[in-house]
Amino acid sequence: MGSPPFFFKWASRLLPWFSPISFSILIIGLIWGVGFAPSDYKQGDVYRIIFVHVPSAILGQSIYLMMAIFGSICLIWRAKLAGMFLRSAAPLGASFTLIALISGAVWGKPTWGTWWVWDARLTSTLILFFLYVGIIGLYSSIDNKQKGDRAASLISVVGVIIVPIIKKSVDWWQTLHQPSTFSITSSPSMTSDMYFPLLICVIGFYFIFVSLLCNRLRVEILTRERNTTWVKEYLNNKV
Amino acid sequence: MNPLRKQRLYVVLSIFLGTAIAVLLVFQGLSKSINLFYSPSEILKAQIEAGTEIRVGGMVKKGSVYRETNSLKLSFEITDFEEDLVIEYEGILPDLFSEEAGVVLKGTINSKGVFVAHEVLAKHDENYMPPEVAKTLKQKK
Repeated sequence: MGSPPFFFKWASRLLPWFSPISFSILIIGLIWGVGFAPSDYKQGDVYRIIFVHVPSAILGQSIYLMMAIFGSICLIWRAKLAGMFLRSAAPLGASFTLIALISGAVWGKPTWGTWWVWDARLTSTLILFFLYVGIIGLYSSIDNKQKGDRAASLISVVGVIIVPIIKKSVDWWQTLHQPSTFSITSSPSMTSDMYFPLLICVIGFYFIFVSLLCNRLRVEILTRERNTTWVKEYLNNKV
Repeated sequence: MNPLRKQRLYVVLSIFLGTAIAVLLVFQGLSKSINLFYSPSEILKAQIEAGTEIRVGGMVKKGSVYRETNSLKLSFEITDFEEDLVIEYEGILPDLFSEEAGVVLKGTINSKGVFVAHEVLAKHDENYMPPEVAKTLKQKK
């Protein structure tokens, strides 16, 4: 599993049907949420941003958590694939976090009355985005792949403490952002006809992440292993 | 696990624990300043000087909203269920502003102990429901 050629073959076989499934789940969730779920008693239709905002915020945080885990594996076992995971996942995590920040601002203007406020939840999410940007920048400034992997792993391990802080910020401090509606541990504070489309959107976002990640990993594997015999054989068979 | 990897594992764990403890200590020290707003009882206790800009948050008291007929001026009271604070504001309110809903205000306290706000933000709670459900919930009350 940990060897790049094995993962490459496995991902290539899986992706042709995994990607369409992911896209369908996401589309179904979004259409259900935006088109068919009931509107909110207080916010009207503005609340529908939740179907993009909450899944992308969840992804932004859990991708960082995954990167910290793979970063530790990369630091301890020097596993090549773990480093490639970090490099491929960082831009995706940054994008999801940015989507969460922007969609949150768009929702905040009509409901709170402001685009942005420096409360604990919003500020810590912005820090998460900067951590991603830092990792991406580090990669592009270090030419040696192995050294880049290790530097990025180190940042991801050091920075991972931001994830529980984001999660708990609304409980620890007084913030403008409301406590979470959606969590695995307690029953949701929304009715089931809103909760199910949201759940499908979250699953869809996770699936989309996995299929995008596998695609990026395949490119990364081919680029890094371009001088090995198995890649040459693979490319010869392709042509 | 071979000794080298074991050693690296300890290094990674100590990096993680070190930063976690450092960050948590920082946040513990800053915890009061990280709060976005004060509650009315904190403000009344602290005797804040007139003219200092602060944020205060609480729930709009039922039946306390008073609007002037010919201008955008209004006054209302907010409460944290211990103390009340009188607010004056002139301007446009966010859509979610209503009685018995949370607000966060930015402004100054004047010499009479009235809070003059120049920014009103509505705080939303984590509950979402369709209008019909909200109606039945209200009838049950």
